[in-house]
Amino acid sequence: MSASHTLPAARPFSGGKRWLRYAAPQAFFPLAGRLLPWLLGAALLLAAAGLYLGLLVAPPDRQQGDAYRIIFIHVPAAWLSMVIYVAMAFWAGIGLVFNTRLSSMMASALAPTGALFTFLALWTGALWGKPTWGAWWVWDARLTSELLLLFLYLGFMALQAAIDDPRRADRAGAVLALAGVVNVPVIYFSVQWWNTLHQGSSLSARGASMAPIVLQAMLVMTLALWAYAIAAVLQRLRNIVLERERHTEWVRQYLAENKR
Amino acid sequence: MIWDSWSDFLAMGGYARYVWGSFGVVLVALGVEQLMLALQREDAETAVRLASLQQRGRQ
Repeated sequence: MSASHTLPAARPFSGGKRWLRYAAPQAFFPLAGRLLPWLLGAALLLAAAGLYLGLLVAPPDRQQGDAYRIIFIHVPAAWLSMVIYVAMAFWAGIGLVFNTRLSSMMASALAPTGALFTFLALWTGALWGKPTWGAWWVWDARLTSELLLLFLYLGFMALQAAIDDPRRADRAGAVLALAGVVNVPVIYFSVQWWNTLHQGSSLSARGASMAPIVLQAMLVMTLALWAYAIAAVLQRLRNIVLERERHTEWVRQYLAENKR
Repeated sequence: MIWDSWSDFLAMGGYARYVWGSFGVVLVALGVEQLMLALQREDAETAVRLASLQQRGRQ
């Protein structure tokens, strides 16, 4: 365990590829820290604008009344649950193939936020299903595959937590994450492939199936949740970097120089 | 602005518990996540201090 204690503060990087610099945890860490206040600020402003449009400006739906307003949180959360899974599998795969530590840490940082948005998509879906379909839950292709997504996230987290050696945990998690990625197109296309109770896609190549104000509010809320999710993932990634690199000199120096 | 009054807004056309149950739980969930991230940060900083003490003890 002694070699890792004395990592050099900066390692040589190949000249023409400056962006690769940020693949090193010690270069990435302060950069992520500088981005955080902007991301959280953007999330707050966008959420305020989106909630204003969705709850105060958009008129009630002709069939669903005001129950339809759940769309402004349900659809953005459901989109994020899938996007985060693909990002998690991507970074886990990069970490597996190129043996880059930060990529694997990124996958681990994405999982809890992905699981949270999957839970929120299911929760808001249940609260929308009850008044519109008369049921909190049905074993429909869309709902079942989204529930499977939650179990994939939880399985990834449980597997990583069960393995003590971080690099072995990274590799085992990556295999699970990559195997589960086939579920994402199943969720997305489930409303076309099967006859489901769940309504079709809100957005498609043919355009949007809704009034412009509803679409605007939904897209602004989507941006708000994206900004929040990126911020939360970067916060968690920084925590994981600190914990895993705790034996290194740069972490000690960084904390000494940035006392809060 | 489509609402006539504050109570009108809160009633959400009779769907208050579904609409506020959705938005409220999202707000609480994100708040809890932020709290857990702050606690995780504290733990990580403690781990860094502990590692540094251990190393000093070994020298």
